[in-house]
Amino acid sequence: MQPFFLIPRITRRAWKVWHRNLVVFVRTWHVNFFPPLIEALLYLFAIGMGIGSYVKEIDGIPYVNFIAPAILAIAVMNSAFFECTYGSYVRMYYQKSFDAMIATPLSIEDVIAGEILWGATRSVIYVIIMLPVLAAFGVISLPSALLAVPLAFLGGLMFAGIAMCFTAISPGIDTLNYPSFLFITPMALFSGTFFPLTLLPLTLQYLALAVLPLTHLVAIMRMFTLPAFSWTIVLNLSWILAVTVIFCVAAINLMRRRLII
Amino acid sequence: MPISVIIEARDLIKTYNGVTAVDGISFAVKRGEVFGFLGPNGAGKTTTMKMIACVSPRTAGSLHVFGMDPDEKPKEIKQQLGVVPQETNLDPDFTSYGNLYTYSRYFDIPVDAADKKAEELLEFVQLQEKRDVTVEKLSGGMKRRLILARALVNNPALLILDEPTIGLDPQARHLIWEKLRLLQAQGNTIVLTTHYLDEAARLCDRLVIMDNGKILVEGAPADLVKQYVGHEIVEVEKSDEVILCLSTMKIPFEVTGDTVQIATESSREIARTLLDRCQPGTVLTRPATLEDVFLKLTGRTLRE
Repeated sequence: MQPFFLIPRITRRAWKVWHRNLVVFVRTWHVNFFPPLIEALLYLFAIGMGIGSYVKEIDGIPYVNFIAPAILAIAVMNSAFFECTYGSYVRMYYQKSFDAMIATPLSIEDVIAGEILWGATRSVIYVIIMLPVLAAFGVISLPSALLAVPLAFLGGLMFAGIAMCFTAISPGIDTLNYPSFLFITPMALFSGTFFPLTLLPLTLQYLALAVLPLTHLVAIMRMFTLPAFSWTIVLNLSWILAVTVIFCVAAINLMRRRLII
Repeated sequence: MPISVIIEARDLIKTYNGVTAVDGISFAVKRGEVFGFLGPNGAGKTTTMKMIACVSPRTAGSLHVFGMDPDEKPKEIKQQLGVVPQETNLDPDFTSYGNLYTYSRYFDIPVDAADKKAEELLEFVQLQEKRDVTVEKLSGGMKRRLILARALVNNPALLILDEPTIGLDPQARHLIWEKLRLLQAQGNTIVLTTHYLDEAARLCDRLVIMDNGKILVEGAPADLVKQYVGHEIVEVEKSDEVILCLSTMKIPFEVTGDTVQIATESSREIARTLLDRCQPGTVLTRPATLEDVFLKLTGRTLRE
């Protein structure tokens, strides 16, 4: 049994894998660019305008402005998570792309690191697409909201790492539905996204802060878009950094265990 | 001075999930030769290929490829390897050209050189017309040719082919064979596994027959046939009379299905004896082949 937390030896060749995914993404841009645009608009209209017309303000903030950072954070989570679960699983299992890649000077560590970097990049691309839409509706404040771009990369790395761990232990592609429906969907609702965390019972608040990664991402994102900075950003960032490192390292080691026999 | 032994394995062992897939094999592959691994399913051929290709670490024993240890210098070894896997793993998100170009980039081949090499290789495997077709639209034979081309993007010093012509029609097989001979003539070292014994007999300078993780025999195809079977085989329709007759004359034979086979140096003599004394049904004489050696050594039981 190999240790989960052995520091993997990753080389610059990981970017080759990243580049391969980027080329495919750009070539199929028409199926990749519109979903995040439409998703942003759907949330804005359905929840922002719909519920927003009853809930005018939360803590003195217009409701649409309250949920705008959540829309961004959920996009970061979904794009990285689904890319590195279903997307990576298809490339690993059905297309055997990883097998083809490790027959070249690329190592399995390079391949998985490249996939995770790509998942994070996808989060960044989606945030870059959504920012102008949200700005056009005047629900986020520039220029501080531009900080959402580097944050998307960090948050993307975290969710890509978590996703890759699930991919590494999932016996089949169908079992990836468990984390998607039992982890990602509830998280999108209970992480201080569409209503403040403080409405939850105190124990659940602590639980959300302890185990739901999205909670921290939404908190920082909200500081950037309102803007309303607070010293607690240090805690949120530290939590995300620690979780990102742990899961990315574990993901690479779990994948190695799965694929190198 | 270039090393003359490309692969050297000593007491190589691979165990996983409690199964010993490769059980202490030793062999050496010399520069410029075509070396074959034959054996029934589960004999350990593919596992051996994977260890040579640095994608599966060995359990014990020593292994050197280009004089380097796969555990220590996988990148340096893989830089000079071309691998044709048993399973088609072309990238379905790319065209034929795109597959070759993208793969070149994994080897750090500069953009211009990668482009030039991709065009050159498409011509080599006669797929220029399918240059811009997604690989999903290629036939089985075309896919195998493209995989062969992909294995050549880095001008490998050693080609590893795991069942290169599996599932192909005779035309496609002949084309692959022709390309492999051309590559050998250019001085490439080739290691291959195959189930097709005619393929092994045609292509291999030397080969080993494996079973249950061990090497049973090693040698040149013609020598193995001579040594283990003889020159010719006489096949007679099976009947009690023939079996009794051969037994009383103490001629060694083997019963397979509905025929009786007799390996011999002189088929004429045996055939005459049979016709004179045994009232045989159909009698057929043919040269002995590698298949006879294979079946003799590995038995006729079905493997899964």
